[in-house]
Amino acid sequence: MQPPIRVLVAKPGLDGHDRGAKVVAAALRDAGMEVVYGGLHATPEAIVEMALQEDVEVVGLSILSGAHMTLFPKVRRLLDEAGADDVLLTGGGIIPKADMDALARSGVGRLFGPGASLDELATYIRGEVERRRSAARSA
Amino acid sequence: MSVTVEEEMLVDRVRSGDARAAARLMTWAERADARFAEAHAGFAAGLGHARRLGITGPPGAGKSTLVEALCKHWRTSDARTLGVLAVDPSSPFSGGALLGDRVRMSALSLDPGVFVRSMATRGAFGGLARATDDLADVLDLLGRHTILVETVGVGQSEVDVVRSTDLTVLVLHPGAGDTIQAMKAGLMEAADLYVVNKSDLPDAERLVHEIADALDLRRGDRERPPVVTVSAVTGAGLPQLAQTLDRLLDVRTADGRLARRRTENLASRVRRLVDAELRREAWERAGLEGELVRRMAGPGTLSVYALAAGLLAAFRARAAERGDA
Ligand SMILES: Nc1nc2c(ncn2[C@@H]2O[C@H](COP(=O)(O)OP(=O)(O)OP(=O)(O)O)[C@@H](O)[C@H]2O)c(=O)[nH]1
Ligand SMILES: [Mg+2]
Repeated sequence: MQPPIRVLVAKPGLDGHDRGAKVVAAALRDAGMEVVYGGLHATPEAIVEMALQEDVEVVGLSILSGAHMTLFPKVRRLLDEAGADDVLLTGGGIIPKADMDALARSGVGRLFGPGASLDELATYIRGEVERRRSAARSA
Repeated sequence: MSVTVEEEMLVDRVRSGDARAAARLMTWAERADARFAEAHAGFAAGLGHARRLGITGPPGAGKSTLVEALCKHWRTSDARTLGVLAVDPSSPFSGGALLGDRVRMSALSLDPGVFVRSMATRGAFGGLARATDDLADVLDLLGRHTILVETVGVGQSEVDVVRSTDLTVLVLHPGAGDTIQAMKAGLMEAADLYVVNKSDLPDAERLVHEIADALDLRRGDRERPPVVTVSAVTGAGLPQLAQTLDRLLDVRTADGRLARRRTENLASRVRRLVDAELRREAWERAGLEGELVRRMAGPGTLSVYALAAGLLAAFRARAAERGDA
């Protein structure tokens, strides 16, 4: 049997509430994943530290503040520097298509806009993790 | 069992304080990866330095908030290194879990002296996960001075934590008066120390008296465990709690109770490992699951006792056959 997928869900940045992140966390739990909920206002440094201690395979960030162009690359860079380049970084928020494309080119995974379905997110994560697990097995 | 180079390297990194290596070794343990059992055989002899504290109590009592507050206290009072294991339940339906204790510990997230790991129960009952003891061993190997194990929010009689730790702390909060009633038979008897949390709220004093009454009724001539009042939010009473915990452990180290408890805990871990292996042996390898389905589909008795006896006879026959072969 495949071990459950461990995901860290957090909402960095200084703006408002964490309803979106909580909905995502609950949906991924219902999809059979173990979701470490990292809460609100976490800094990129704190997010990466949590990801390392929890040894998650996926980090999902909810960013509504408009700071996605700095936060996603920063978390990606800190993960890579810590040797966690095999961790999938994904997430969502109000992010223009052009920005999503630019981020994808910089090593961030697929990002999901407000209209995206949670099933789609879970399916994407499962696919990516399976790919990474079998790559690690054959390495 | 032979220890491979890969395992040895990872264990060495953990022993030298590498948190990332510890996190990976924990994942091996959680996945019941055979490499963990092999590695464990290599480092088990060096374990036992860390103090293991169990923090249990009903949902919402403030266990996570208290864990954070205790860690912050110890980091500033004597700079000891800490490890935290926070267990939350897995959903029996999806198998997934929402591990939310960490949210209450955000003040610890940038302190390398505190290692926090969230765990899902993955089908285990009793308030902990199958691998909780293994993860505590990894924290011990990592050199952590004190390990805090937060159980799932328990209701009644989940007492696994007693067999996994040096000291069990039961956290209660005002408004949990009914909980005391419900816990009469289980945890109330097992805890080594009672914390009345949320002393900043009304009725904390009353809860202290209720606990004292409940303890007087039940303990007989046994030593009555301390009851400490704190507020994890304001910090009131925390230094006293931290001191009481350290003192209790010092006393039990000196009088031999700690060593006896650790021996019992190890024995109970071995029993659990054997139990699990026997179950797999019977239901999977000896095919009792298939046998059960077959017998229930066929004609004849539907007495559960007769069926169980039949399955056990079949299991013994197969074991004997394999013994002969
Ligand atoms: N007023 C007050 N509230 C507290 C105190 N300690 C914790 N709380 C609050 O109680 C609620 C539950 O706290 P947690 O620390 O999550 O409780 P828990 O026992 O870990 O809960 P579970 O892990 O879900 O079983 C939170 O809203 C805390 O802010 C306290 O000392 N005083
Ligand atoms: Mg908690």
